[in-house]
Amino acid sequence: MELYKLTIHELKEKLKKQEISAKELTLDFFKRIERVDKDVHSFITITKNDALKQAEEAEKRIINGDNLPLLGIPLAIKDLICIKGVRNTCGSKMLSNYIPPYDATVIKKLRESGAVFLGKLNMDEFAMGSSTETSHFGVTRNPWDLKTIPGGSSGGSAAAVAADECAGSLGSDTGGSIRQPAAMCGVVGLKPTYGRVSRFGLVAFASSLDQIGPITKDVTDTAILMNIISGRDPLDSTSADIPVPDFTRSLRNDVKGLKIGIPKEYFVEGMDVEVEKSVKDAIELFKRFGAEIKDVSLPHADYAISTYYVIAPAEASSNLARYDGVKYGYRTNNRENLLGMYKKTRQDGFGTEVKRRIMLGTYALSSGYYDAYYLKAQKVRTLIKKDFDEALKICDILLTPTAPTPAFKIGEKFDNPIQMYLSDIFTISINLAGVPAISIPCGFSNKGLPIGLQIIGKHFDEETLIRAAYTFEQNTDYHTKNPEI
Amino acid sequence: MKLSIKEVEHVAELARLELSDEEKNKFVHQLSNILTHIEKLNQLDTSNIEPTSHVLPLKNIFRDDVTQISFQESNSLENAPDKDKGYYKVPKIIEEA
Repeated sequence: MELYKLTIHELKEKLKKQEISAKELTLDFFKRIERVDKDVHSFITITKNDALKQAEEAEKRIINGDNLPLLGIPLAIKDLICIKGVRNTCGSKMLSNYIPPYDATVIKKLRESGAVFLGKLNMDEFAMGSSTETSHFGVTRNPWDLKTIPGGSSGGSAAAVAADECAGSLGSDTGGSIRQPAAMCGVVGLKPTYGRVSRFGLVAFASSLDQIGPITKDVTDTAILMNIISGRDPLDSTSADIPVPDFTRSLRNDVKGLKIGIPKEYFVEGMDVEVEKSVKDAIELFKRFGAEIKDVSLPHADYAISTYYVIAPAEASSNLARYDGVKYGYRTNNRENLLGMYKKTRQDGFGTEVKRRIMLGTYALSSGYYDAYYLKAQKVRTLIKKDFDEALKICDILLTPTAPTPAFKIGEKFDNPIQMYLSDIFTISINLAGVPAISIPCGFSNKGLPIGLQIIGKHFDEETLIRAAYTFEQNTDYHTKNPEI
Repeated sequence: MKLSIKEVEHVAELARLELSDEEKNKFVHQLSNILTHIEKLNQLDTSNIEPTSHVLPLKNIFRDDVTQISFQESNSLENAPDKDKGYYKVPKIIEEA
């Protein structure tokens, strides 16, 4: 039996009944990784010894009758969420030798739930990118077509889940980095409300936008992981002190009476016809099951990319100032003087996209330009947020495509930053507004590449997202399809 | 917005990046294009709009001022590229008289 194909909840049942052993399961995943990762290249670091120890421990506890939610479940983690003692590269030469002396809060919680960590997953350098091509450790390939990108920046996470190299994963999302790769790899990805999940131990990109979230094979697994990782953390002052519901209670096949808004700005002339058709079919399905469909408007949607590409690089330029070759990470051999050492270290340690964004952010924050760029963008952010507040006053959720196209070819947009930035056009405004959104599989292109449906909800109402996503999943079979790899 | 090479060099200096000539030339062009795209924001009148720096209505978050366990010196230094006697070591910054 191919255990690696199963979901977290299916594996959990088999482990609990002791039909399978936790150690065999972990070994099964390593066999799978060995077979497919030379093609897919999801992993930067594989932690086989640690994982086997964790699996053996889980096995003992299962035999003792312990019933933790993830006991013996093999997960893999985006390489910017710190696991104590395991190299954390952020996809960058700058951190290629960095070993965190602590666990991120989400890792601590997963560990306490009995999870097994198989390794760390590839990503765009410092999460800056939409294709996983900017990684210092080479590209990840989309399991559905090895010539195409897996999306990004959590491309390793989405590809690993799609290629059955782990049972589930965590990614991070600053402008679409969980949802867009989930869409392109045909898996489920949730960006929680800003403040729902602690960011402690997540290497910072843009602190007012970053959130950690699950990437899984189905919606049930998303609910299971959300139950574990959510909640207030004293180590992250921006994590919200709001009660965490049991998200598995929202796994209900019922959207009767649900008010669903369709933002007209997301369906425009010239959009990809296959994406449009799949999403419109999805809307029809919700209608058939009793949801009430309304046309809504997000009038400032067109300004989201411009707003984001001021705010995110500005915050990034500030956050990445810490990489100076002094306390940790890469340091140049050129050590004539301190300033020269800083500049050479940063020149050698960062890749082109990261430098481009540091330059952009530094410019936007520099004397004489702050008001024109940064302050202006923060004001437009208010308008974008208000659009969502208004639309979600009259609707429970909004439906849009996750990405404007299915996965594109490796190299196609690599040296064209604006084209690359536009591939996040449907996801970026959600981070600016801070609301939660989930991407679920809703179809395939003629070439057999997955298409994602984005469901957007109210602040701290992931429950309705999960209910709507689960209903869609129960009445379609896209999530059961696997790439031939 | 068209940037000059001089402006790119100035920003690189602020960002502590020693860019190559090739990168400078590339960035002059690419950053100018991105900034032109961003100027779209000027179409909007925002004179009466408050800026949003953060989406949650959070004020200062305080905790009681009690001692907690923190990293040992050895933990904090274990990733240092260069260290000496419990300190981070950097190139000399004070010139001899």
